[in-house]
Amino acid sequence: MAGESFDVDYVARLAHIELDDGEKAEFGRQLGNILAYMEKLKSLDVDGVEPTMHGHGRVNAFREDVVKPSMARDAALANAPERTDDEFRLPKIVEDA
Amino acid sequence: MDIARFTVASALKALDAGEVSSRELTQGVIDAIDAKDAEIGAYLTFDRESALRQADEADAARAAGKRGALLGVPVAIKDLINVAGQPCTCASKILEGYVSPYDATVSARLRSAGAIFAGRVNMDEFAMGSSTENSAFKTTRNPHDTSRVPGGSSGGSAAAVAGGMAICALGTDTGGSIRQPASFCGIVGFKPTYGRVSRYGVTAFASSLDQVGPMTRDVTDAALLMNVLAGCDEHDGTTADVPVPDFAAALDGASLKGVRIGLPKEYFVDGTDPQVSSIVRSAIDRCAAAGAELVEVSLPHTEYAMAVYYIVAPAEASANLARFDGVRYGHRTGKPEDVYSLYAKSRAEGFGAEVKRRIILGTYVLSSGYYDAYYGRAQKVRTLIRRDFEDAFTKVDALLTPVAPTPAFKVGELQDPLSMYLNDLFTIPASLAGLPAISVPAGKTAEGLPVGVQFIGAPFADAKVLSCAKAFEAA
Repeated sequence: MAGESFDVDYVARLAHIELDDGEKAEFGRQLGNILAYMEKLKSLDVDGVEPTMHGHGRVNAFREDVVKPSMARDAALANAPERTDDEFRLPKIVEDA
Repeated sequence: MDIARFTVASALKALDAGEVSSRELTQGVIDAIDAKDAEIGAYLTFDRESALRQADEADAARAAGKRGALLGVPVAIKDLINVAGQPCTCASKILEGYVSPYDATVSARLRSAGAIFAGRVNMDEFAMGSSTENSAFKTTRNPHDTSRVPGGSSGGSAAAVAGGMAICALGTDTGGSIRQPASFCGIVGFKPTYGRVSRYGVTAFASSLDQVGPMTRDVTDAALLMNVLAGCDEHDGTTADVPVPDFAAALDGASLKGVRIGLPKEYFVDGTDPQVSSIVRSAIDRCAAAGAELVEVSLPHTEYAMAVYYIVAPAEASANLARFDGVRYGHRTGKPEDVYSLYAKSRAEGFGAEVKRRIILGTYVLSSGYYDAYYGRAQKVRTLIRRDFEDAFTKVDALLTPVAPTPAFKVGELQDPLSMYLNDLFTIPASLAGLPAISVPAGKTAEGLPVGVQFIGAPFADAKVLSCAKAFEAA
């Protein structure tokens, strides 16, 4: 069922990944099969069951709110595709007025 | 210097006795790589200069009377664990050329213990895969049969150790990525309890499942590495503030006598390769002969684990991998038309097929209208799976199961994603429940392919799991 309804275009756009036509056809078919496999979960009664979000029961981890040294600016910028002296450089994204 | 004959324990002993230097061990790793790695393809990079410099420093420290838990021992590192100044590509084109600006906590711990680490080993891209065929850079081969895969995603780690090109390695395990390659390559692979080892600086795949662990020639070495790796970390709020035992000392007098070993009936079903079944059966006999009390148990929700995993893990991955957008690091497209295409083209050009597939699957199961039906439901079924284990551990001390339904398969054999996913059938449930689990060699098929068995323990019973595996190894 899911194979027919899986809108790969829409989901790829949400995921910020441009797909070519070949990928769209292939992923649409493969993900349809995978989702069909997931259908088996619908046969279980999970009413009133608490969700598990982590590998153990810990909920919150607190620490003192103290300023500590962090990564130097140059180190943080070292892997930038493009940079100025102290900033990441990006293409202009706002139109001129 | 043939490093294939060294374990971590024997290397430390030889170093202490002055029979070998760290420089000789490290040169041994380099020579083995030169001799074998063109065929195996375990390493992505190896910085010889840095390795030998670290080795000389370790030798000098030792000569000055210093000691460390791993002083002078070379360790191979899976290419998603950050080491300051070294590449960390996650076997992805999107991180080609990336140089880590900082140490992961596990790297810092290895550094304090005096380990030598300069080699980065191959993996499935972003740890997504079960064969290491999803690496963007090379295919790693199984040292026992080079027409076959080493397993994955920590296939480079397993092949380096099994191929005599590393004494030990670090891997990571999200749904079986330490245990399955350990089984395929005939080595020991241990996934600690979730929260036992810090994930800080380990590139995240699925944050509620990922754990770093040792891949070694024997169980003692796994325990020696755990002594260095384990512990609460202020940089990782999911590490558990629980006492850390001396894992190596806990192996003293390891015995299966009177230990209640559970055999979950859902793991002994049709569909497993007959030779694997027979090796696992004889492993069970070995445990019985060593005095273990065998108890049949049931984990009734096992059949749902794979569906849960392939919802939860891609969902978390889709969020974690959103950071790769061509802005701050990693590949940026040369032809952005607007801000959306900067992201969408950079990611399209940088990620491989399996990573795209999982991000899209994860995005879908989290998207409006589908969240409750997939992700919400999967998290509830995850609770049922965890409860199955809780019930079982009221009756037994550990569980014994197969690691994977087959021995190592051929390179290129599994083309369909779903059939590749089915390889993780027996390793995924313990991951979902956050449990410690180990793959330990149990035998070989008629073709000479190694097969491991898995011991699974209760949360934070890591020492118990290691001790069962140690006693089994010796039985």
